[in-house]
Amino acid sequence: MREMIVIMLSAILVENFVLTKFLGICSFLGVSQNLSSAVGMSGAVVFVLTIASGATWATNEFILKLFGLEYLQTLIFILVIAVLVQLVEIILKKKIPALYKSLGIYLPLITTNCAVLGVSILNIQRDYSFVQSLVYGFGAGVGYTLALVIFSGVRWRLETCDIPETFKGLPITLIAAGLVSLVFFGFQGLFTR
Amino acid sequence: MIIQILIPVSIIGGLSLLFGLGLSFVSKKFEVESDERIALVREALPGANCGACGHSGCDAFAEAVVEGNAKTSGCPVGGTAVSNKLAQILGVENSEVEEKVAQVLCNGTLQNCKKKYDYQGVEDCASASAIYGGPSACLYGCMGFGTCAKACPFDAIIVEDGVAKVMDGKCTGCGVCIKTCPKNIIKFVPKNDRHVVTCSSLDKGNIVRQACSVGCIGCMRCVKACTAGAIKMNDSLAVIDNKACTNCGECVKVCPTGAISALYLVPPELCRTVSKS
Repeated sequence: MREMIVIMLSAILVENFVLTKFLGICSFLGVSQNLSSAVGMSGAVVFVLTIASGATWATNEFILKLFGLEYLQTLIFILVIAVLVQLVEIILKKKIPALYKSLGIYLPLITTNCAVLGVSILNIQRDYSFVQSLVYGFGAGVGYTLALVIFSGVRWRLETCDIPETFKGLPITLIAAGLVSLVFFGFQGLFTR
Repeated sequence: MIIQILIPVSIIGGLSLLFGLGLSFVSKKFEVESDERIALVREALPGANCGACGHSGCDAFAEAVVEGNAKTSGCPVGGTAVSNKLAQILGVENSEVEEKVAQVLCNGTLQNCKKKYDYQGVEDCASASAIYGGPSACLYGCMGFGTCAKACPFDAIIVEDGVAKVMDGKCTGCGVCIKTCPKNIIKFVPKNDRHVVTCSSLDKGNIVRQACSVGCIGCMRCVKACTAGAIKMNDSLAVIDNKACTNCGECVKVCPTGAISALYLVPPELCRTVSKS
């Protein structure tokens, strides 16, 4: 149990996917303009990361290892993740339309998000068990949520600031992202392995 | 050598085939039927996503129209043309659209209206009006920070001389500006029926006079002059009922302060005030 908590917390804080590992940056900058879209996107990310870590772990264990094809990891994982997201989308649309509506366009958007592939590959590299993979995937999603929600707050503040003409728009956003990332750098070494 | 290539190729190929078949099977099994008319209706709409119809966007409106929860005339931006098209698609009776445009009911330009204080804060009407009702001496006057102009999805509002003006021809009557104005001085008027009192002040005549030279002072001369009985008093503000108005222009002639005008919209090519003066 203790181990699970450590995996979870380190995925959220120490190894925050967006702010420490710099994965999933495009969606981080793209949908952090306002809180509601940030929350919508985050919900979809948590969902996809968790099921994707489970599915890719199983794929690796039962197909790739069996045939000695670990070198095809990237290719197969992308395939599996894409199919999985499609599958989930189709089923959600029919069975739980409310959830489908709230996840909206964000669900297919994440298919090609590098954070998803990153989680899957890290799970394999670290020899996590099935449950550990799920926990790590979920933690990574929560970390993404945290980063996105914090950053949407920062951007909201930026809107009302008097920013020099040169820095308006993307430049100041990138600088702010760097500063938020520095903050998370402070969590480094919170858990010693 | 050949085996080393063939095995991964066949496994990936086989997996992809399996996934593909699985997906197509699932998508058939979990198919959600959607009305193809929704797409057609959506196609016919202007696509501004302004929300003036009361739905969250053009997609939602299209859905509502097809399901019968909205009238074909529900889109104020598209007007009669779109309404006709929608009625054709759905094969129903067309419901009439009353085409309307927004007007800023204030003529308190920098020359006409005095200032209470010098405002140097954020260029936004809501922030300005939070401080002692705004810098304008009239509590019901346009402050001219252009919050409505920024909100307008069609770029139909300009701020000129410290007063927001709606441009003729560009306004589609979506009503976004009406919702954003903190002073509530933007109102709908019928598109072809444009006699309006260009003042929103409910104050007594002497207070209006102290603040602004073109305000409605509540003298009721227009009420007496109106041949159709279309002008009513709301406290000390004259209000023209556009349904009853015959556009005879008598009220414009008698108004001592010039607070009634026949055409208060700005033609896009002129972009300047066209009022009685």
